[in-house]
Amino acid sequence: MGEIGRSIPRLDAKDKVCGTAKYTEDLCPAYALTAKIYHATVANGWVKRIDIEKALAVAGVVAVFTCMDVPQLPFATAGHPWSTDPGHRDVADRLLLNRRVRFYGDDIAVVVAVDEIAAARGLRAIQVEYEEEPAALTPEQAMDMAAAGASPLHEQFADNILGRSQYQEGEWPCSTKGLIAAKGRYVCQGVQHCHLESAVSFAWQEGDKITLVSSTQIPHIVRRVVGQALGLPWGKIRVIKPYIGGGFGNKQDVLTEPLNAWLAQKLPGRTIKLCLSREEVFFATRIRHPMTIDIETLADRQGVLVARSYSAVACQGAYASHGHGVTANGMTAFRDMYRQSQALRQQAITVYCNAPAAGAMRGYGIPQETFATEANMDDLALALGMDPIDLRLKNMMEPGFQDPVTGITCHSSGLKECLRQGAAIIDWQSKRQAYVGQTGPRRRGVGMALFCYKTGVYPLSLETSSARMTLNQDGSIQLHLGATEIGQGGDTVFAQMAAEACGMDTADIHVVSFQDTDVAPYDSGAYASRQTYVTGMAIQKTARLLSEKILAYAADLSGIAAGDLRIQGRDVVKQDDGQPVISLAALAEEAFYSLENSEHISAQTTNHCRSNTFAFGCSFVEIEVDMPLGQIQVLQAVNLHDSGKLINPALAKAQVHGGMSMALGYGLSERLIFHPQSGKMLNGNFLDYKLATALDTPDLQAAFVETQDPTGPFGNKALGEPPALSLAPALRNALLHATGVKINQLPLEPQRLTAAFRQAGLLEGGEDHV
Amino acid sequence: MFDIQEYTAAASLADALNRLAERPDWKIIAGGSDVLIKIREGKWAGCSLLSIHGLPELSGVHMDEQGCIEIRPLTTFAQAAADPLIGSRLSILAQGAASAGGPQLRRLATVGGNICNGAPSADTAPALLCLNAVLDLRAAGKSRTLPLAEFYLGPGKTALEAGELLCGIRIAKEDYQGYRGCYYKYSQRRAMDIANISCALWLKSVDGAIADIRLAMGVAAPTPIRLPQSEQALLGLPLEQGRRRIASLVRQEIQPRDSWRASREFRLQIAGEIAARCFAAAC
Repeated sequence: MGEIGRSIPRLDAKDKVCGTAKYTEDLCPAYALTAKIYHATVANGWVKRIDIEKALAVAGVVAVFTCMDVPQLPFATAGHPWSTDPGHRDVADRLLLNRRVRFYGDDIAVVVAVDEIAAARGLRAIQVEYEEEPAALTPEQAMDMAAAGASPLHEQFADNILGRSQYQEGEWPCSTKGLIAAKGRYVCQGVQHCHLESAVSFAWQEGDKITLVSSTQIPHIVRRVVGQALGLPWGKIRVIKPYIGGGFGNKQDVLTEPLNAWLAQKLPGRTIKLCLSREEVFFATRIRHPMTIDIETLADRQGVLVARSYSAVACQGAYASHGHGVTANGMTAFRDMYRQSQALRQQAITVYCNAPAAGAMRGYGIPQETFATEANMDDLALALGMDPIDLRLKNMMEPGFQDPVTGITCHSSGLKECLRQGAAIIDWQSKRQAYVGQTGPRRRGVGMALFCYKTGVYPLSLETSSARMTLNQDGSIQLHLGATEIGQGGDTVFAQMAAEACGMDTADIHVVSFQDTDVAPYDSGAYASRQTYVTGMAIQKTARLLSEKILAYAADLSGIAAGDLRIQGRDVVKQDDGQPVISLAALAEEAFYSLENSEHISAQTTNHCRSNTFAFGCSFVEIEVDMPLGQIQVLQAVNLHDSGKLINPALAKAQVHGGMSMALGYGLSERLIFHPQSGKMLNGNFLDYKLATALDTPDLQAAFVETQDPTGPFGNKALGEPPALSLAPALRNALLHATGVKINQLPLEPQRLTAAFRQAGLLEGGEDHV
Repeated sequence: MFDIQEYTAAASLADALNRLAERPDWKIIAGGSDVLIKIREGKWAGCSLLSIHGLPELSGVHMDEQGCIEIRPLTTFAQAAADPLIGSRLSILAQGAASAGGPQLRRLATVGGNICNGAPSADTAPALLCLNAVLDLRAAGKSRTLPLAEFYLGPGKTALEAGELLCGIRIAKEDYQGYRGCYYKYSQRRAMDIANISCALWLKSVDGAIADIRLAMGVAAPTPIRLPQSEQALLGLPLEQGRRRIASLVRQEIQPRDSWRASREFRLQIAGEIAARCFAAAC
C-alpha cells in the first residue's frame, strides 16, 4: 500500500534516455519501401490532369497512385470513439487523396519507391494541371465567398459553416447605468504541436490482413478509421503502437495511416513506410484552431458580474477533423468558470476555409477561450479599479456548481488556495503597488490568469475503458491496456494504480506498453486528460477482481476463508494480523502447474465511466518589457494546480513544466504564417516557426494544491492539458500591468509590441533610449 | 538521406583547385550546414560535392609580422569565437561567430562558408565589413584579392567565380588597432535563429570624440552593408552626441525590406535601437 503519491522514476525513463526504447522507425525493417506524398500547390480548385509517366520512369520508383485511383469512401479522422447515433458522428469529409483541392498542401498523389531519394525524384517528376479557384483563407472570406455563390469547400456545407452553437440565460440588461463594462476582441493564432517524432507509420498486408505500426495516441480508433476508409472489416486491420515521441493531440487524429494501409493493400507483401518530413507535419497534419473571440462583460461597482457575452469564430481549415467540438468546448469553459447575476449570451461558429485542417491540440479550444476570458477579466478589473485576484475570487466557480447543459459538477476545488499561494510566491501585493507609474524604456509587471478544465469527455461522448491483468509464473502481474503512454508518464501511474488497488508493489506490475489492437483491451486512447481518471477506474476495478481470484485460489490452498485474506506486497497474508499465508510466487507456481487445479489467473473488466469533474489552476508571472526592442523577458513564472490527489508528484511536476513551455510559445512567439494570396504556409520549419529554445525558457515553477476528489478513482482529476492553459493570458495581463497597453492578439511578439508601444506614444524620443 | 550524385574529398588545396578547374559545377562543401540544407530542400538535389573539410592549408588563424591577421576559411564558428587572436583584437567577429545557431552548428559551420553562402543575415559579415576584410580568392593557376564589400552582389550572389575558392580572409593591423566595438544580433530567439537585423560597430575615440567609426548591418539590405553616410555624419562628434544621434542616422540611411519575417517599420525601429546600444557598449 502507499503506491499512490510516490514519486517513483518513470518505468520508461532509462530506455528513453539510453536510446534503447523502440519507436516506430526503430522497428521498421530496412527493406521497407518509402512512400512520399505529392502536395497540391494551389489552395482551392480541382486537379484537372495529373501526369505520372515521368515519375514512373524514375529509377527506383515502384508505384505512383493519384487522387484518380482512390476508393470513394469519405471518412472522418477525429480521434473520438465511434458513435452508435448517426447524428453524433464526426463529419466524414476526406478521401485518401483528393481531386478536389481544398488547401495549399492537400494530398493529391503518392510515390512509392525503394528509398527516400528515388521517392523525392519521383515527386519532382509529377506534373499536375489544376482548375484553380480563388482561395478563402479566413472564415470571413469563406462565408463571403459562399454567400456570393462560389462553390463551398464541401458540398454538404453550402455556407462553409461546419458547426454552430448557441446558449442563453436570463435577460441582457436594458440599461448599463451604474454598471462597468469591459469589451474586447481577442484574437488567437494558429500554432502547431511540434512533437519531436514525426507522423510516421509502416504497413504490410499478409493474406487479407493489414498490419500497421504507427506513432499514434489512439490505436483502437486508427483501426476503426482505417477499416472505414478502405471499406474493410475492422477485424482485418491490426494496429500496433510502440513508444511515441509526443503527440499533444495531433496524433489524436487519424493522419496518414489510412493512406499507408491502402498502399499496403495495393502492394501486397511489401512493407511500406510513410514518414512525413518536419515541413509536412507543419502543413499537412493538424494545427490549433485560430479563433477570434468577442467578449463583453458588465459588472456592478462592487465587481459582481451581471452579464456576460461570448462570441467565437473559429477557422477550421480544409477538413472537419475535430471541428466544431473544439470551438464548442471553449464556449462551455466560458460558461463554467464565472457566475453572473443576470444574463449570459453565447454563440460560436466554426468555418471551413482553404487552410490546413485544425484539430485536437492540448487544451482543445480552452487556451483560446482562457486567453480571451482572462484578458477580459483584467480589462474589467482595470475599469473597476479593483485587484484582478479579488475580482476573480468574487465571481469564480465554487464547489457545488453544475453546468446547466452537461450537468458536470464541481465536486472539489482548491482554486482559492492556488490563488493564495500564487500571490505569495510572486509577491503580488507589493509588486502590483511597486510597478505603478514606471517611466523609461524597461518596465516590469506582474500578471495572473486562471482556468477550469474537465476530466475526460463524459457526458458528451462515450467514456469507456478496459483493462486486463494476468498473473505471471513468478507472482508478478502483467497489465494490458488500450490506454496509451505518449510521453506523459501514463504507464508509470497505471502501474502505481494497479499496485495500489491490489496491495502489491509497483515493481511487480509489468505494463504492456505497446498496444496491439489484436490483443489490447479496448480504450479510446490518450486525450482529454482522461486516462488517470477513466482508465484509472478500469484498472482499479480489474485489480480488485484479480485480487479476489488470487485470494480465492489462496483460500483453496490454505483452507482459510478468502474474506480473511489480503495481498500485501509479495504475499497473501491474514487480514487481521498480517501473518504470511503463502507467497504470490508460490501461489502462482501452483496455479500454473498444479496437477489438480491449474488455472491461469487473470481478470478483465470494462469500466463505463459516467462521471466528470473539474480540475483547476492558475498562472502567475513577472516580466520585464524592453519596449524599444519589443521584447518580454519572463523573470518568474509559476503554475499552481488543483488536479486532485497526485498519483506521482514528480511526474505531475514534469507534466506542468511541459504544458507551461507550450503556453510560453503560444503566448510569446509561435504562430503559423501564410502567404496572403496563395495560402502557402511560409514558416513551416523549425527555423522560421519560433518555438522557444532552452535559452528562451525561464525557470518553470510548478506547485500543487491537492484535493481529494470524490469521483476520481484515487481522488485524482485532470492534469494532462491544464498546464497549457493560463500562462499566455497571465503574460498578456502582466504586459498590461507593466505598460498600460492592452494587446489582445497572440503571440505577444516583438513586432506587434513595438507597433502598439509606438501607437501608445511609449517609443517617442527613441534616440535617447540608451 | 541526401540526394548527392558524387562526392570527393580533396587531398590538398592544389588538388581541390585542380578538381574545381575540371568540374566547376561541383559544389564545395566544408561544414555542410548550408549546403546540406539546399540539397535537402531540392534546390541542389542531385549535385556532386567536392569536400575541402579538414584541409590544413585552409585552417587556422594566423598573424604575420606586420600584424595582419589571416583567418583561413575552414575556421569554424566555435574556433573563431574562442580564438585568442580574434578575441583580443577582433572582438566583434568573436561575438558574431558566437551568436550563430547552437553549439552543434558552431562546431560544424565555417567562417568561409558563412561568407560564400552570401546570406544577408550572415553573422560574421557585419564584423568583417567593419574590419575592412580582404578576401584571398584562388583558382588553378591564378589568384586575386577582393575587399569583402565588393564580394557581395545580391542575396545569395557573390563575386566568387566558377573554379574559384576562398582561401583566406585578411585584416590589416590598422583596421583593428585602437578600436573597440560591439556586435548585436537581433533575432526572435536567443539561440538557433537567424537575425531579423544585426549590427556591428567599430569605434576609435580620441579625447571623448569619435576619431573613426565603422558601422555595418545585416538584413538591412539585400546584402550585408556598411553605412557610409551614418559613419560620415558621426565622425568627429563628441561621444555623447554620437550616442544620441546614431539611431536616427541609421534609420535614415538603411532601406530594409518588408517581408513576412519582419516589417520594414519594425526593422527600422530595431536597427536604430541596436546601433545605439552597440555604440553605448563600445564607448
